[in-house]
Parts: sequence; C-alpha cells; structure tokens
Amino acid sequence: MSGEHHSSDISARVRRVEALLEERGLLGPGEIDQRIDEFAAGGTPANGARVVARAWVDPGFRARLLDDANAVLPEVGLSMAGGLQEQRLKVVANTDDVHNVLVCTLCSCYPIALLGPSPSWYKSEAYRSRVVRDPRSVLAEFGVTVPPDTGIAVWDASAESRYMVLPRRPAGTDDLDEAELTALVTRRGLIGTALV
Amino acid sequence: MTRAAFAPGTRVRTRAADRDGHSRLPRYARGATGTVVEVAGHHPLADDRARGLDVAPQPVYHVRFRAADLFGAGEHTVTVELWHDHLEGPA
Repeated sequence: MSGEHHSSDISARVRRVEALLEERGLLGPGEIDQRIDEFAAGGTPANGARVVARAWVDPGFRARLLDDANAVLPEVGLSMAGGLQEQRLKVVANTDDVHNVLVCTLCSCYPIALLGPSPSWYKSEAYRSRVVRDPRSVLAEFGVTVPPDTGIAVWDASAESRYMVLPRRPAGTDDLDEAELTALVTRRGLIGTALV
Repeated sequence: MTRAAFAPGTRVRTRAADRDGHSRLPRYARGATGTVVEVAGHHPLADDRARGLDVAPQPVYHVRFRAADLFGAGEHTVTVELWHDHLEGPA
C-alpha cells in the first residue's frame, strides 16, 4: 500500500511545477483549480441516491443497471464521462446473501460524479488497510451489523472501474415515492458503510 | 494483446514478484489464487504507463479471492481489478 500524499515536500514540488508551467504559458493562472472545479461540479451523493431510488421502483432499470451501469445512467441524466475519458461503473447490489463494501487500497479511487468528493475516512490508511482484512469489524465500527449468515464482498477499486453499492430498499417504504426514497439514501450507503 | 482473455469462472494465480516501482497488483493479492468473475474492458497496463511506456491495451478482469486465501482467515471475499499481465494463467 502506498503512503498518503500529505508531505509538504510533494506539495511544494507540485506548486513549483505548476508555477513553472504557468511561467512558460503552458497553463493559465489557476487553470488546474478551475479544471478540478469543473470535474467536481455537479458531483454529489444525491446523484447516486437518484440512481438507487430509480432501481428500487423500476425492476427493469435495476436489472439493466447491474448489467451495464454506464448504459443506463443517461436515463436519469447522469454519466461517467466527466473526466478525461469515460470511466466504467460497476454497481453491486446488496441482497439477503451478500453485503458489499468499497475501498481503494492503493489510493482513493471513487466515483466522484455519483458520490461527490470522497470522505476523509475513505482515504485514511486505517480504513484502506483494515476493511479488506476484517470488514465485519470495520462495518461494526460504522454501526453496521451484518447478520452472521450474510456474506461480505469487498471491492478494491484498484484499477479502471469505479463502483457503487446498491443498498437494499428498507422495509416499510412501500408508500414512498421516488423522490422520498432518494432522500433516504446516504453517501455511506453508496459505499457500503451504512445499510442505506 | 495476442493472448486470449480468461473467461469468467477461470481460476487464476497472481504474480508473486515484488516488481520495482508502481504496480496496481496490491501486495496483499500477490501470489494468490482467485476466480475471474468478469472481464472489465481493455486498458494499457497502468504499471507500464507509470514508467512512461506506450503500451497496447490488454484485458482487465475482476478477480475474486477468498479472504482465507489472502490472509489465512476470514469468511468474506475481496474482488480486485487486475490486468492480464498480473496473472500467471489458469491455476
């Protein structure tokens, strides 16, 4: 596992390279911040929540989502093409048999378009190293008790794909409409460190 | 990419070598046997791109490991995304 990029040495080096690129006219002033802002604009867990609520109310959408998420995101006005290239999205569904939880052990890969900026704990060495080895204990620390007969599947976002968890629809929500269901879904639910 | 892609269900073994520099094969998953669950497209090997090499795309797979096979304990599974070159072939 690589270290975290918090050293002042690397920060100073990045600022120096940025300044040199600006001096040589290869970068406009503040262009990097602007590009990052553009990439992150509109990225919020509310997007992921909309996808989940649609899957809860529309079994056909759910099936297509699990089969090829990129193909169905446009149905709810979303896409994974906000960066330099479209990223593949894999949606993994929680069931009676399996609870899914996401991590990037190598760095902090994360579907920003659907979940917004990642929480700091997702990038912490403690979470990244422990959740692959002992997810049941880590989930318990998040207040999530997975029944003993429910398996746990950890997904390491170590390469090109990004992942999102499709939580189970809570009991007693039959009367809620799609917008009300959307409001139930949390960022942690989309990562797998909460049930919804 | 001349080698055929591994089909889902194929048992594969990851390389054990601790190569210098960047690798997307996490250390905890080296020298381990798992099962291909899905082909996740074709991409140039990130390990080579990090070395500035211009390389051809190759298959990328979701490979599922039993925790017990990685850590010697645990009932869960860990699914890692690995390039064809991270795998030594059918186990």
